[in-house]
Amino acid sequence: MSNIAITDSGPSTAAKPLLTRLGAGFVSRLVIIVPYLWLLFFFFIPFIIVFKISLSQSAIAMPPYTPVLDFTDGISGFFAGFRDLNFDNYVWLTQDALYFKAYVTSVIIAAVSTILTLLVGFPIAYGMARAPATIRPTLLMLVILPFWTSFLIRVYAWIGILKPEGLLNQLLLSLHVINQPLIILNTYTAIFIGIVYSYLPFMVLPLYSSLEKMDYSLIEAAKDLGCPPTAAFWKITFPLSLPGVIAGCLLVFIPAVGEFVIPDLLGGSQTLMIGKTLWNEFFANRDWPVSSAVAVILLLLLIVPIMLFQQAQARAQEQDK
Amino acid sequence: MIRKALWLSATSAFLTLFTVGGHAEDRVVNVFNWSDYIDSSIIDDFTKETGIKVVYDTFDSNEILETKLLAGGSGYDVVVPSGNFLARQIQAGVFQKLDKSKLPNISNMWDTVLERTAKYDPGNEYSINYMWGTVGIGYNIKKVQAALGTDKIDSWDVFFNPDSLAKLKDCGVYVLDSPADIIPAALKYLGLDPNSTSPDDIAKAEETLLKVRPYIRKFHSSEYINALANGDICLAVGWSGDVFQARNRAVEAKQGVEIGYSVPKEGAQMWFDQMAIPADAPHVAEALEFLNYLMKPEVIAKSSNYVLYANGNKASQQFVDKALLDDPAVYPDAETLKKLYTVQPYDPKTQRLITRSWTKIVTGQ
Repeated sequence: MSNIAITDSGPSTAAKPLLTRLGAGFVSRLVIIVPYLWLLFFFFIPFIIVFKISLSQSAIAMPPYTPVLDFTDGISGFFAGFRDLNFDNYVWLTQDALYFKAYVTSVIIAAVSTILTLLVGFPIAYGMARAPATIRPTLLMLVILPFWTSFLIRVYAWIGILKPEGLLNQLLLSLHVINQPLIILNTYTAIFIGIVYSYLPFMVLPLYSSLEKMDYSLIEAAKDLGCPPTAAFWKITFPLSLPGVIAGCLLVFIPAVGEFVIPDLLGGSQTLMIGKTLWNEFFANRDWPVSSAVAVILLLLLIVPIMLFQQAQARAQEQDK
Repeated sequence: MIRKALWLSATSAFLTLFTVGGHAEDRVVNVFNWSDYIDSSIIDDFTKETGIKVVYDTFDSNEILETKLLAGGSGYDVVVPSGNFLARQIQAGVFQKLDKSKLPNISNMWDTVLERTAKYDPGNEYSINYMWGTVGIGYNIKKVQAALGTDKIDSWDVFFNPDSLAKLKDCGVYVLDSPADIIPAALKYLGLDPNSTSPDDIAKAEETLLKVRPYIRKFHSSEYINALANGDICLAVGWSGDVFQARNRAVEAKQGVEIGYSVPKEGAQMWFDQMAIPADAPHVAEALEFLNYLMKPEVIAKSSNYVLYANGNKASQQFVDKALLDDPAVYPDAETLKKLYTVQPYDPKTQRLITRSWTKIVTGQ
C-alpha cells in the first residue's frame, strides 16, 4: 500500500512549484511538532523539576528543600552544582524494605485489577461491537456517562454500597442469601471493585474500537468450516482484538499502580501502596526530595515495561511485513 | 520571552478590565480554615459590618495546609494551623508578624492559653488562638457498659491495655490517623515524656500500639464522628470537639446512642489551632480586620457554641453557653488543666522515625 502511494505522488509533486512544496512540508512538520511540544512542556520539563528536587535535601524553608542546580550563582554556579550532586535519597529507598514492599504491592494490585477489568470489559465491548449499528452510539454514550459525575463522588458512593450496613448487604440480607453482613469495605476486595469500576471505560473503549473494525465474515467462514465457537473466538476474535486488549490493559495498569484515592477511601488501614507511601513522604515527613525520588522510581518502573512492550510491538510489525 | 511578556500583559490587562468592571473598591479576605469549624453567620455578619467579602475555603489536615503554605503563593490571607505545625512554619518563614496596633481586641485573650501557645509562637507574635481542645477517648456509653461492665472510662488503660481493648474489638475501635496525637499519648501512658525524641522511647510506644493494633478497626481522622454517632463503633481516640459533634448528632438522631468523652487521668494532649497571616498574603489589612473581629467576645463565643470547642478568649466566656462552659471536658477545671500536656514539633529526623513507626503500626509492615 505505502509503496504505491509514494510512486503515485512522485511525479505530481515534481510538477508543483517549489514554494508550495516547501509550504506543505512546513505545515506537516508543524503538525508533528505539536505533540512533541506537548510532551516537552507537560512531561519532560515537570519530570526534570521532580528529578532535580529528588537530588536535594529537605530543609525547614519555603519551599522545603535545599536549592540544587539553580542559577542563583550564575552559570558557573550551575555547573559547579553538578559536583555536589548526591543520590542519598535513592540510596535511602534501598535501605528500608518499606518502599520495595509498597512498589511490589502496588504492582500486584494493579495487575490483578487489570485482569479483572479485562474479564469484565471484554464481554461488554464485544456486546457493543456486535449490537445493531443504530444503538451503538447510545451504548457508547452509556459507557462514557459516568465521567459526567466526579470520580471522587463515585468512589464515595461505593462506601455507601459496600459498608456493613450498606445497600449491598441490606439487599443480600433481605433476600436471605446471607445471614451476616459481608465485610467488604476496608479490604482488598473493595479496592479491586473500586479500580475495576473506575477504570472500566478505559478498557472498554479501546477494546470496542478494535472489535468494531473486525470482519465478522471471518467467524462465519470458521463456522462454515466446522470450527467450534470457542476455538473461533481464540483463533480469530481474540488475536484480532489484541491491540485493543493491550491498549486497554496499559490504560488501566499504569494509573492503577500509582492509585491513591481508591485504596485510601475503600481499602483498609493495612493497605500499603506506593501512592500512600508517596503521600506520607510528601505530607507527613515534608520530605519533598525523598518523595520526588519515590516518584522518579515509580516512573522508571512504569516506563521500562512500556518501552520494552513498544519495541516488541515494533518487531512484531516488522515481521508481519 | 517576548511572547511570555505579551501573554502576561494581555492577561493582566484583561484582569484589570474585569476588576474595574466590577467594583474597584471591593475588599476581600481569603480565609483557609478547618472544615465544620465556624458558625457561618459570623462570616455574613463580618461582611455586613465591614463590607469586606470573605472567600472561605476549608481543609481537613494540617499536612495539606502546610504543603500549600510551603509551596508559597497560596493566595490565602488567614490560615489556621495547629500549634506544632505553626511553630515549624514560623521557622520556615511562612508567616508575617501581626501588627498588634491593628488588633485592639487582643486584650480579650486568655493568659492561661497565651502562655501555652507561646511555646509554639514565642511572644505570640505571629498568631492568635482560634480554638483549643484535647485528645481523648470518645465512647458509646451503652456498648462500653455491655462489653466492660462499666460506663465510666477515666484512663488510657482501656485503650492501651490489650486485654481491655480486645473486649471492644467486635463493637469497633477507631483511632486518629495522626502520629503526632497518638504516639505522645502512648508515651504518657508508659510514664515517659510525651515529647520524647529518643528512638528507644518511640520504639516502646510503637510496641505498645502494635499490641493493641489487632483490635483497631480503622485509623482515620474524621470518619469516627459519624461512626460514633451512628453507633457503628464503641470507642474512638479522637479530638474533643469531634466527639461532642458526634454526641450532638446522636442526640438529634434519637436512636438511643449516647456518647461520652473522657480526658484520661494520666493526662491528655492539649492542642491549639492558631490563626496566622502568610508572609505573602495579598490582603493584609483585611486579614487584620478579620482577626480583630474574631476576637470580639460575643463573636468568638458564638463560634464556640457552634463548634463545641473552647476558645482562647477570656472575655468571651460570659457569652459561651453555660452547659459548654461548665463541661470539664471542654473547659477543664484547674486540676485537669495541670495534667494536660502540649507537644512540641519534631525535628526532621524524629519526624521520619515517627512516620516510619506509624506506617508500621497502621499497616503492620
